[in-house]
Amino acid sequence: MTARAFLLRGLLAGLLAGFATFLVAHQVGEPSVERAVALENAPAPSGESAAHHDPAGGHTAHTHSDGGTTVSRGTQRTWGLLTGTVAVGVALGGIIALVAAGVVGRLGRLTPGQSTAVVTLVGFVAFALVPFLKYPANPPAVGSADTIGSRTGYYFLFVVISVVTAVAVTVLASRLWDRWGAYAAVVSGTGLYLVVMVVAGVLMPTVNEVGDFPADTLWFFRRASVLTLATMWAVIGVALTGLVGRLHRETSAVTARRELAASL
Amino acid sequence: MSQSTAAPAPSIEIPSIPLAQLAPWALFFGLLGVLVIFFISADQGAISLPAGTAIHEWVHDGRHLLGYPCH
Repeated sequence: MTARAFLLRGLLAGLLAGFATFLVAHQVGEPSVERAVALENAPAPSGESAAHHDPAGGHTAHTHSDGGTTVSRGTQRTWGLLTGTVAVGVALGGIIALVAAGVVGRLGRLTPGQSTAVVTLVGFVAFALVPFLKYPANPPAVGSADTIGSRTGYYFLFVVISVVTAVAVTVLASRLWDRWGAYAAVVSGTGLYLVVMVVAGVLMPTVNEVGDFPADTLWFFRRASVLTLATMWAVIGVALTGLVGRLHRETSAVTARRELAASL
Repeated sequence: MSQSTAAPAPSIEIPSIPLAQLAPWALFFGLLGVLVIFFISADQGAISLPAGTAIHEWVHDGRHLLGYPCH
C-alpha cells in the first residue's frame, strides 16, 4: 500500500464519478437550469426581477458581461457541464484518495476499506452537504452580480470551517474511541461538529437574493444540485472503497506468501 | 500441516503509510487538485486569474449544479 497506489485508484474513481455526475446533472438538473436561463433572459415585467444582471435580456446565449466570451447553451449543458463534472471528479477523487492514504491504519482498528469509506462519508457531509444547508446552490438569474465577491468568500470560508472542524472531531473521536468506546466517541465527535457548525452558521451572514424567482423552479434546481453532489461523492466513495479493499486483500496475500516462503 | 490448525486467531494487521512517504504526494497533488477545483468553481466569478469570461462561460452549468456561487 503506497501513496501512488491510492492516488491512481482515487483518480480512476473520480473519473468514473465525473461521468456519472454528468449523467445525473444533465438529466435531472438541466431542465431547471434551462427554465432559469429563460427567466433570466426574459424582459423584466416590473424592472425588479431581471435587474440582477444582464438587463438587456433576450439573447439566446447566456452571457454575463458585455463583450465577454459567449458559449452557446447547447455547449454549456453538454461539453461544458461534462468538463466541470469530470475535472472536479478527478480532482476530488485524487484528494480523497490521498487523505484516505494518510488515514489508513490510523483510525481505530478500521480496515483500509472501512477507513476509506469513513473519509468519503465525512467528506461529503463536511465539504458538500453542510455548506449546501447554509449557502444553497442558486440557479442562473438568482444572485446579484454586485455581491458575487462576498458570497463566494462566505461560501468558501464556511467550507473551510466545516472541513477543519470535521478533521478535528474525527481525530478527537478516534482518540476517545479507546477510552470511551465506539458509541460515546462517535456521538461526542458528531455532536461537537454539529455545535460548531450551528454556531458558525448563526454567526455568518445569510444570503437571500431569491427575490420573486419561482419557488418550484428554485426547489427543483436545488434538489437536482443536491442529487448531483450526492452522485459525485457516492460514486467516488463506493468505487474507491472497493478498489482500496481489493488492494488491501492483494497486498495481504502477497505478504502472507512472502512470510510462508521465508519460513520454509 | 499440523501447525496451520493450531494457530491462534491472529490480530489482523492493518498497514499504514508513513507520513514522510505520503507528504510529497499530498503536497503536490493536493495543490494541483485545489487549483483544478478553484478554476471550475470560482475563477472569473469573484476572482479572475486570466481575465475574461471564457472559463466561467464554459463551466457555467457545472458550477451552478455543483453548488458553487456562480454569478
